[in-house]
Amino acid sequence: MIPVSLTDIQGVLPETIVVIAALAVIMADAIRRGHSGALLPVLSVLGLAAAGAAAIFLWGTSGTVFNGTVFADGFASFFKVLFTVIGILTILFSPHYLKITGVRLGEYYALILTAVFGMMVMASAANLLMLYLGLETMSISLYVLAGSQRGDVKSAEAGMKYLVLGAFSSAFLLYGIALLFASIGSLDYEVIGTFFASDFHPGPLLVSGLALLMVGFAFKVAAVPFHFWSPDVYDGAPTTVTGFMSTGPKAAAFVALIRVFGVALAPASSLWSGVLTVLAILTMTVGNVVAIRQTSVKRMLAYSAIAHAGYLLVGIVAGTKAAFAATGYYLSAYALMNLGAFAVLILLNRRDEGSYRFEDLRGMGFAHPLLGITLSVFLLSLTGVPPTAGFFGKLYIFSAAVEQGHIVLAVVGLLNSAVGAYYYLRVITLLYMAKPEGESIIVQPAAYRFALVISALLILVIGIFPEQLLRVITLAVP
Amino acid sequence: MQIELTHYLLLAAVLFSIGVMGVLTRKNLIVILMSVELMLNAVNLTFVAVARYTADLTGQVIVFFVMCVAAAEVAVGLAILISIWRHRGTMHIDSVKLLKW
Amino acid sequence: MDSSVFDNNLIRFLFLFGAAGGLVAFFVALSAWLGPKSMNETKAEPFETGMIPKTDARRPFPIKYYLVAIVFIVFDVEVAFLYPWAVEFRNLGAAGFISMMIFLVILLVGLFYAVRKRVFEWK
Repeated sequence: MIPVSLTDIQGVLPETIVVIAALAVIMADAIRRGHSGALLPVLSVLGLAAAGAAAIFLWGTSGTVFNGTVFADGFASFFKVLFTVIGILTILFSPHYLKITGVRLGEYYALILTAVFGMMVMASAANLLMLYLGLETMSISLYVLAGSQRGDVKSAEAGMKYLVLGAFSSAFLLYGIALLFASIGSLDYEVIGTFFASDFHPGPLLVSGLALLMVGFAFKVAAVPFHFWSPDVYDGAPTTVTGFMSTGPKAAAFVALIRVFGVALAPASSLWSGVLTVLAILTMTVGNVVAIRQTSVKRMLAYSAIAHAGYLLVGIVAGTKAAFAATGYYLSAYALMNLGAFAVLILLNRRDEGSYRFEDLRGMGFAHPLLGITLSVFLLSLTGVPPTAGFFGKLYIFSAAVEQGHIVLAVVGLLNSAVGAYYYLRVITLLYMAKPEGESIIVQPAAYRFALVISALLILVIGIFPEQLLRVITLAVP
Repeated sequence: MQIELTHYLLLAAVLFSIGVMGVLTRKNLIVILMSVELMLNAVNLTFVAVARYTADLTGQVIVFFVMCVAAAEVAVGLAILISIWRHRGTMHIDSVKLLKW
Repeated sequence: MDSSVFDNNLIRFLFLFGAAGGLVAFFVALSAWLGPKSMNETKAEPFETGMIPKTDARRPFPIKYYLVAIVFIVFDVEVAFLYPWAVEFRNLGAAGFISMMIFLVILLVGLFYAVRKRVFEWK
């Protein structure tokens, strides 16, 4: 008998709901053969909302289920809610984008759901195999999503590049897992944690396993020097997908980083924290410096996404509960502001799809007040200007780093924020300081406006009441 | 000579390195996908060898999952490859603009 | 079960062998008796798929082959999970059975999707 109890099933309730929703969407698409109107997005949003509600309902549970392979704790619940929010916002932005780009794919929504499912598994994995399976479920869905704009060769190439480098990095991660398994004999985080807490001998197998694991993670979060895939993939993918995959997967990878490196491998931090420090510094600096030189707004945001991964790595290096809570806070804020920024760009792009030139934004703040204001909020938050959420995210992360004596990291982070301010604020200047060139009519569907306003408001709310959210996350941190 | 666990691990490491070199240096997308598969199979070999020498079946179970994931990955890879082929009429990496690295 | 001829492994093996061979012979005979017979040029080719057997190996295939092949790879590998399950069927009990049924239902949804998307229609 496999001992499966009701607690086990309850622990993965959000995942189950998302899978059922994904299957329902696939069936609906297959039955209606692509003539399903608003049915698929509505189904997907309902499924995600139900999953989010289930995750909130599970708040307060702790421990593991399914024989210690899946966490059913507050940290997992928190991130499951975040993933459903990311999924819902992406789906609200999608129908309009799919219409203007002429993509008619029912699979699109099902793939978003399976990707969200993969992220949830990553967030609640308590076993390295579980983590790998979640990661792959998410990644394979994203490969297809990145290549889903079949009329556009850039999209297919982005999908291919993402697939080759994603599979490449997964292989590194998996090899690291295999070598850890060879030297420890188990893949459970708990066993790995007790192994490293005891007096262990860092043999060649163990050290190379850790190194490979770290390379794999560095690829996944696009840390310099393993970042080279991300700007091209983000640039080539359909813009809604870019927003989705620059936020959700990053959050999922960071939860896994916290659980694996921050908790299980914490006793062995002397082995890896130095490397991670260098990665963090490189990632922040290269991301920001290269972002300045971009001529396309989409590409600029792609590089800035790299820079933000650098700030988040600082939280992992700091390695305290407060730092992990700060990372969770920053990930939530980052998800909202980045998704929102990409969504506004979709509407403001006036020339042929995929150019996203700075000139397109000239004077748009006056011509389209709603878009101007929301984009400004997103960009100010990305810059880190109070009272937006982005400011407090940086504040919490850097102060946690200073508390742990990582002064250099905090100083580099602050300098980089200043560099970031240059290119973010340049966009806002363009929005408001110049006259628009001729008339422009932009169709703004209700769902789209709703999602934009909600994201902007959420950023302001968690920016004005940062302590409350931080306290919630702190309760959940493992 | 007795074949020990070390030999299997070394063989796997060599296979993995060949796979890495293949991904980084080859120019045909199909060959690159095959190299990725080689890397994954090197990992599988590690798992199976460890499972055999520790008499713990976990390693073998993991291989099932890895094979499954690899198949899904290759399926998606081939599908995207066909899409690129339809646009460009070639699978050579230099003709694919975004794929330079 | 009391002791019987089936306790002998060789007898068991021969029984299985006979049953399998008999079944094959039965179906071959049945299809020879019931099946429609036609003989034409395509039918006589080594591969009944419409492939030309002797040609340049680099000839492009119809794209349909790839599609079916991709679907085949995925389902083929998923089915590999059935083997360990079948071996441990008794020990896994009801929970194992239900888990596998859920797994198969998910696979069937995929198959249904492929059919509805006309992956298997040859025109």
